Amino acid sequence: MFVNRILCILLLIFNMFGCAPREETGKVTLTLWHWMTDREQAFSELAKRYEEKTGVKVNFELFAPSDAYTQKVRAAAQGTNLPDIFGILGEKRDFGSFIKAGHILDLTPYMEEGEGTWKNKFFAKALAVNEFSPENSYGVKPGIYGAPIDIMTIQMLYNKNLLKQLGLDPRKPPLTFQELLDIGKKVKEAKIQGLVSGWGELWMIDCLANNYAFNIMGKDKVLATIRGEVAYTDPDWIKVLTLFKQMQDSGILATGVVTMVNKTAEQLFANDKAVFAFNGSWCVNVYRGMNPNLDYAVMLPPQASDEHLMSIWGGAGSSFMVNARSKNKEEAVKFLEWLTDRDQQAYLAEATQNLPANKDCLGKISEVLAHFASGMDIATHPSVWGVSEFPVVIETWNKGIQAIIIKDKSPEQVAAETQKVKERELAKRKK
Amino acid sequence: MKTGAYYKIKKIAINTLIHLFLISVAITCLYPLLWMISSSLKTQETIFRDISLFPHQFHFENYVLAWQEGGFGRNFLNSIIYTTSVVVGIVIVSSLAAYAFSRLTFPGRNVLFIMFMAAMMIPIPGSFVALYLLLNKLHLRNTPVGYILCMINVGLSTSIFLLKTFFDKMPKELEDAARIDGCSKLGIWRHVALPLAKPVLAVVVVFNALNVWNEYVLALIIFDSRNFMPLQVALQTFQGEFITRYPLLMAGLTITALPIIIVYLLMQKYIVKGVTQGAVVG
Amino acid sequence: MKTDIKSTLENYIFVLPAVVIFSVFYIIPFIAVFMLGFYEWDGILALKDAMFIGLANFKEIFFQDPSWWQAMWNATYITLIALTLQNIVAFLLAWACDREIRCKNFYRVVFFIPPVLSEMVVGMAWRFIINDVDGANLVNRMLISIGLPQLVHSWLSDPKTALTTVAVVHCWKGFGWGFLIFLAGLQTIPRELYEAARVDGANAWHSFKNITIPMMLPVIVLVAILTVLGTMQAFVLIIGLVGGELAGHTSVPVLRILASMRGSSRFGYACAQGISFGMVLVIISFIQYRFSKHTRQA
Repeated sequence: MFVNRILCILLLIFNMFGCAPREETGKVTLTLWHWMTDREQAFSELAKRYEEKTGVKVNFELFAPSDAYTQKVRAAAQGTNLPDIFGILGEKRDFGSFIKAGHILDLTPYMEEGEGTWKNKFFAKALAVNEFSPENSYGVKPGIYGAPIDIMTIQMLYNKNLLKQLGLDPRKPPLTFQELLDIGKKVKEAKIQGLVSGWGELWMIDCLANNYAFNIMGKDKVLATIRGEVAYTDPDWIKVLTLFKQMQDSGILATGVVTMVNKTAEQLFANDKAVFAFNGSWCVNVYRGMNPNLDYAVMLPPQASDEHLMSIWGGAGSSFMVNARSKNKEEAVKFLEWLTDRDQQAYLAEATQNLPANKDCLGKISEVLAHFASGMDIATHPSVWGVSEFPVVIETWNKGIQAIIIKDKSPEQVAAETQKVKERELAKRKK
Repeated sequence: MKTGAYYKIKKIAINTLIHLFLISVAITCLYPLLWMISSSLKTQETIFRDISLFPHQFHFENYVLAWQEGGFGRNFLNSIIYTTSVVVGIVIVSSLAAYAFSRLTFPGRNVLFIMFMAAMMIPIPGSFVALYLLLNKLHLRNTPVGYILCMINVGLSTSIFLLKTFFDKMPKELEDAARIDGCSKLGIWRHVALPLAKPVLAVVVVFNALNVWNEYVLALIIFDSRNFMPLQVALQTFQGEFITRYPLLMAGLTITALPIIIVYLLMQKYIVKGVTQGAVVG
Repeated sequence: MKTDIKSTLENYIFVLPAVVIFSVFYIIPFIAVFMLGFYEWDGILALKDAMFIGLANFKEIFFQDPSWWQAMWNATYITLIALTLQNIVAFLLAWACDREIRCKNFYRVVFFIPPVLSEMVVGMAWRFIINDVDGANLVNRMLISIGLPQLVHSWLSDPKTALTTVAVVHCWKGFGWGFLIFLAGLQTIPRELYEAARVDGANAWHSFKNITIPMMLPVIVLVAILTVLGTMQAFVLIIGLVGGELAGHTSVPVLRILASMRGSSRFGYACAQGISFGMVLVIISFIQYRFSKHTRQA
C-alpha cells in the first residue's frame, strides 16, 4: 500500500520531468528576466506586439520579490545560465563586477551607430546610470552597458488637504528648512503625522542625507569625502546630521518613521494620515491604487542652505542589459531598441504611470508626474559620480542617522563612528 | 475534615482557571487569522482605512481573482506534489536512519549521528548559490527531482533527531518479542517501531509539510520555468516591487493556509492518548 | 563471523539513503561555504577571481564588528525569552489539553494556527495590532480600558521596548510547535503509572513532579534545543514588525549575514559570519545536551 503510493508519486515526478518546455526550431525566442511585478501585464502586451511585428517571441519571466531576483541572477551568473536579456539590481560596483566577469554585452557600438541615433533618444542622466566613464574607479572598460526603460526622481510630497487643515496655504509648500521645522509644532498640536518615509530601509535615509549634503557643502566636497580627502567629522557633515536631530526635535517626523518600510509610508500618505512624504515617482501609481482622490503635489526638499543648489536623486529607474554570452545577441539588442522607442515608451508610461526614459514622449502624463519629471534637471545619482563609498561606511552612516532619530546617539558621535569605519576600510585597501 | 463539596468546588475552580487560560491564548491565536481573512474581503482602498474586523462589503471575488491571477491551478498542484514527495521521502529515510541510530550498532554510528546533529546546528545561509551550482553539475537544476532532493535534505536532521529521541524511549520488550518470532530488522522497523512512533511521525509530517509548503527562495533560484514553480512563488506576484495588492495577497495567503491546516487536522488524530496503552508487557 | 559482517552491512543500509542525500546536499555546499569564508569575493565575479585572505574575515568578525555581536546578543535575548515564556506556556497548554476537558480538539487546532500562518502575515497582523500610527493600537487601548494608562507605549518604535515586543510576538508564533511536541510526549506516558500513583495516595502535584517531569525530560531537552536553534535564526518577523534593524536594536545574525551578502556584496565575509554563527550554535547545543545528560544521571 505504502509502496504503491510511492510509485504513484514517482510516476508523477517523472511525468513532470519530461514536461520541460520545448523550443520551436527555426524561430528565434528571447528570454528576459525581470522583477517588475507591476508591469507584467504591460510587458506581455508589448511582447505580443513585437511578435506580430517581427515574428520574434519574447518570454518575459518574472521573479519577485527583488531580493530573490537578485540572488537568482547572481546564481545564474555563476552557472553561466543567464537569459538573453535581464536587469541588474544593486550598486554600480556590482554592475561593474558583472561586466568584468564577462556577462554583459557592451552596447556602445549599437548606441553610437548612425551618429548615436539610439543614444540620443534617452535623457542623458538616464543613460549615465548605465554608463562607465573613462578613468572610472571600478576598473571597467568605458562604455554604455545597459538601456534604461524608465526614469524616476525622488522628491518630497505634501497633502494639500492636511496643509489646509493646519491653517497653511496649500499653494505654498515650505521652501526653507526652518519653515518645515515650524510646521512640526503645528503637526504635533493637531495630532497628525508629519513626514513619512521608508526609513526602516536604510537607502532612503541615505538619499535625503545626501541631498542635504549636496545642498550644504556642494558636490565636490561630498565626492572628496568619498575619496577619503575629507573626514566625516568635518563640521559640514555634522551639520547634515544635525538636520535630522532638528527634524526629530521639532516633531515634523512621523512616529516610528525608522520602523517603516517604504510601503508602510506610502500607505499612510495615501490614506491622508501624513502631511509630507519623501518618496520616488513610482509612488504615483501606488497612491492611485489606494486612494484615487488623494489631493497632493510634489515639492523639493526644503533648502537648508543657500550656499549650494538643492539636489535630488534621479536617473534611470530600471534598465535592461544583454547577456554577452547569449546566442541571440543581435536579436536581443534589436528588441531593446524597439522597447525604448517612442511608442512603446509612451505605452509603458501610461499603463504603469512611470516616467519614460525616451525624451520624445513626455506628452500625456499627469500633472504630478510632470512635476516629478521636471526635477531631472537638478537630479544626480550615486551611480554617476564615478566613485563609490564603502558599503560598511554607508551602513554605519545610515544606522547612525536612525540612532539620532531615536535619540540614541548624537550627531558628533555618529560622525566620529563613521569616520573610524572609513579609516579602517581605507587602511585595508592600502595593504 | 474536607468535605466532598470542597473538592467539587476546587475542581470547578481549577477547571475554570484552566479554561480561562486556554481561551485567552486561543483568542490571541485567532485574531491574526481573522484579520487576514477580513483583509482579504476588503478592497485595496478600504483595507487600511477600515480597521474593524468586519468589512462593510464582503468582496468574495478577491478569492476568485487571486486564484486566477496567482496561477493557483498549476502552482498549487506543484506544491502538493513537492510537499507530498518530500514528506514521504523524509518519513522513510529519516525513520530508517533514526531507528538505526537508536537500536542498531555499527562502527561510526556516533560520528554519523553527531554529523547530522551538527548539520541541524550549523545553518548555511548563502548555500543557495552552492546548491545551484551543484544541481547544475548533476543536471538536476530546473527539475522537480533536484528540488525535492534538496528539500529532503533540509528537513532530514531535525526529523532524525525527533525520531531518535522517541525511539530511545520505546520499550524494548516488544522488539525482543518480535525478534524471537523471527522478524527481520526491517520487519521490526516496519511492524513495531513505526506504529509505536505514530505521534512523532505525525509531528515530522506536519513539520516538513509546513517547511516545504512555505518555501520559495530555493524554488525561485533553481527553477527557471513557470511550470515548475510552487505556490509561494506565484503568491509573490501580488507583492509587487512598488504596489502590493493587499486584498489579493491576503486572499492568496488564506487559500495557502488551508491545505496545511488540513494536513494538521489529519495528523493530529494520531497524537492521541493510549497509543502505548497495553503495549507494555507486564 | 560471517553473520556479523552481514549484520553490520544490513545496519548500514538503514542509514545509507540519509547519508547519501546528506553528503551530496549538505556536506558539499558546507565545504564550499566554509572555504569561501577565507576568501574576499563579491558573489559576482568568477570564482577563480576570488582573493584568498586567510583569517582576515574571521578576525574582522571577532574584533572589529560590534554590529555582529550586538546582533548575537539580541538573538540570545530573544532566545532566552523563548526558552522561558514560550516553552512554559506551551507545556502548560499541552498539559491542559492532555486532560479530559471539553473542547479539547478545538484548542488543539487553534493553537497550531500561529505556526501555520506565514511570517509575513504574522508581522503585518501584529504590527496592525500593536502600532498606533499605521495600525489599530489595540494593545494600548486595552491597557487604557483595564486602567493602566501609564503603561501606554510606542511598543515597536521605542528602542527600549522594540526587541522585547519582537520576542513576545516570536513566542506567540512558536509556541504551537512546543505545544505539539509536548502533547505527543505526554501521550506516550503510560496511564498506568498515574493510576498506580493515585492508588498509592499521591496528589496531582506529586504525580506531576515524580512522573510527568522525569518521563518528559528527554522531550523537554529536545524542545529546548529546537527552540534555541530556531529562535537564534529568526529574522523574517523582525522585518515585518519593525522594518529593519532599528539602528541595531533589533538586529539579528541572519539579517547581518544577508546584509553582507546583498548590501555590501561581501559573500566571503557572509560565509565567515555563517560559519562563526554555526560554531556558536553548536557550542550552545552541546552544552544543553551535556547538561541534560547530567541531570538525567543525577
